[in-house]
Amino acid sequence: MRRFLAGTWRWLDDRLGIFALMGPSLKHLVPHDARWWYVFGSATMLAFIVQVVTGVALAFSYTSSSSQAYETLEWITNEAPFGSFLRGLHYFGASAMVLMVGAHMAQTFLFGSYKFPREMNWTTGVLLLGFTLVMGFTGQLLRWDQTAAWSVVVAAEQAGRVPLIGNFLAQFVLGGTTIGGATLSRFFAIHVFIMPALMFMFIGIHLMLVLRHGIAEPPTAGKEVDPKTYRQEYEQLMRKTGHPFWPDGAWRDFVFGTGLIVVIALLAYFVGPPVLDKPPDPSILHADPRPDWYLLWYFALLALIPPQLEAYVMIVAPVVIGILLLAAPILNNRGERAPSRRPWSIAVVLLSVIMIGSLWIAGANSPWSPNFDPPPLTEKVIGATNGPVFEGARVFQTKGCLNCHLISGDGGRRGPDLTYIGDTLSGSDIIIRIVNGGVNMPAYGNSIKPEELTQLTAFLQSRKRPMPAGLKTTRR
Amino acid sequence: MTPEEITRRRFLEKLCVGLSAVCAAILGIPLIGFVVAPIFRKTTGKWISVGNITDYEVGKTVSVTITDPSSLPWAGITAKNALWLRRVTDAEFMAFSVNCTHLGCPVRWLQDAGLFMCPCHGGVYYSDGTVAAGPPPKPLIRYDVRTANGQVQIKTMAIPITTTTTL
Repeated sequence: MRRFLAGTWRWLDDRLGIFALMGPSLKHLVPHDARWWYVFGSATMLAFIVQVVTGVALAFSYTSSSSQAYETLEWITNEAPFGSFLRGLHYFGASAMVLMVGAHMAQTFLFGSYKFPREMNWTTGVLLLGFTLVMGFTGQLLRWDQTAAWSVVVAAEQAGRVPLIGNFLAQFVLGGTTIGGATLSRFFAIHVFIMPALMFMFIGIHLMLVLRHGIAEPPTAGKEVDPKTYRQEYEQLMRKTGHPFWPDGAWRDFVFGTGLIVVIALLAYFVGPPVLDKPPDPSILHADPRPDWYLLWYFALLALIPPQLEAYVMIVAPVVIGILLLAAPILNNRGERAPSRRPWSIAVVLLSVIMIGSLWIAGANSPWSPNFDPPPLTEKVIGATNGPVFEGARVFQTKGCLNCHLISGDGGRRGPDLTYIGDTLSGSDIIIRIVNGGVNMPAYGNSIKPEELTQLTAFLQSRKRPMPAGLKTTRR
Repeated sequence: MTPEEITRRRFLEKLCVGLSAVCAAILGIPLIGFVVAPIFRKTTGKWISVGNITDYEVGKTVSVTITDPSSLPWAGITAKNALWLRRVTDAEFMAFSVNCTHLGCPVRWLQDAGLFMCPCHGGVYYSDGTVAAGPPPKPLIRYDVRTANGQVQIKTMAIPITTTTTL
């Protein structure tokens, strides 16, 4: 049997030339010290393969119709064998891909691997990062629940900010002037045909360039990249100390990749796919659209920047960042590669991680959003069961103050915590704030009755830190 | 290689490139036209009835569900839309788009507070649609609204896009 299989393989290989085609690529020499830092690129590709495989499987049942997609997803999730697991794999595969592409990029940047002669490796990688994010966003939209439908509107609004052609772009995003029959199918075409085709093409180019220029050796402090001599030095190094990619270099990719697949599968099984929100009915106004985690930082950014800078952040900043990333190897393609000699590269990566991480945390908490369903203030918190303080607490809730302000841990976080406001503001100060509003607070002068204002002020004035028992005695 | 051969080869090269361009145009022009067609699809607003005048209480703002008359046949529930309708006086109505002018999220009406609030980035509007707080750059967009034959009618419109004409 074994001889038969070996003979069959030899026959096939002779006719198809598989080894002649793949052999040199598999056996190409790689630096012997390119170890665990070098696994992120192959892990990204593996995550992409997971996406392709699970995406194709999901497409067997998914219907890209605005009126039916939600139902098919419900069926896939709740009834189809392995459907929920498959959706989980696709979701966590996307998450893994975003994480791995980020790690791969950070490692390449820190190791200065984007320098001569690998400038185009970096450039194609930057484009692949952009494609990955587009895939992430369009993938969320294909979930076609309430959040997805409103996310399309948010995307259209952002496209609308582009000068001169904004309205056209917004209509292109919506597939018309409103959400409707044409909206989902265009995102399906982008997510399933256009972007994957571009990604296959650029991954192919990226891999071809990796083979052409070789895997960059780990940087050594003091050893500078000189375009005149680098290629010769690299060839010498490979001849002297390099080892074949298969299997000497590849085993780590396989070990890490297997770990990645196991983690994706465990998360898909135990955590499951993202829960489907309400149906994509634009007339249901109790919606709270949020992007998936990998774009949550951008959601936070749009809430926190001053409104007058919004257009710049939405339009100019992505263009500038894109140009800077694409141009990085052109601006600096020689010299030191070691991060210890390029401390600014460490600072750039750290600052990016801190900035995105901080915004991500802010996005997850989104304190700027009103709390639409705060629990009612209890009598214990109010400290009264009748009278102006009690009535003022009722006004505080009915007038929407509790949606934006915390009282003893309950309420919204959009405005200041008013738990002890009675310690800092006098009655007249409180009245002025309520009647005239503030920088980020509505003025209630036209909508609150004098009696309600008095009660509300009484309630807020009663919000004071409890006096220590001893202090109370002393004051007496 | 003679100059004649070079000229012939150049001609053949140009011929191939030219034919490729013709093929690309034959396929590409209708393809691009089809994909970008929604940009140029103009829909005019249509007056539709949203109920009797007496269905609405003075001083109250309520959500009204409408169906986009220009929707595609397979739009399903996505053809539905909502707006906020306020009966200001016996004779006056105001109708607001539900889309926050910041980034289009659906604003909610808090009747007792007399405010519209946006769940996304915290935009707040007064009952007349003017901005009360938060990042919205302009008031809620208003629908044309009229009364006829005892009915309240609104004129349908596109999702309002807040454009930036100058940066």
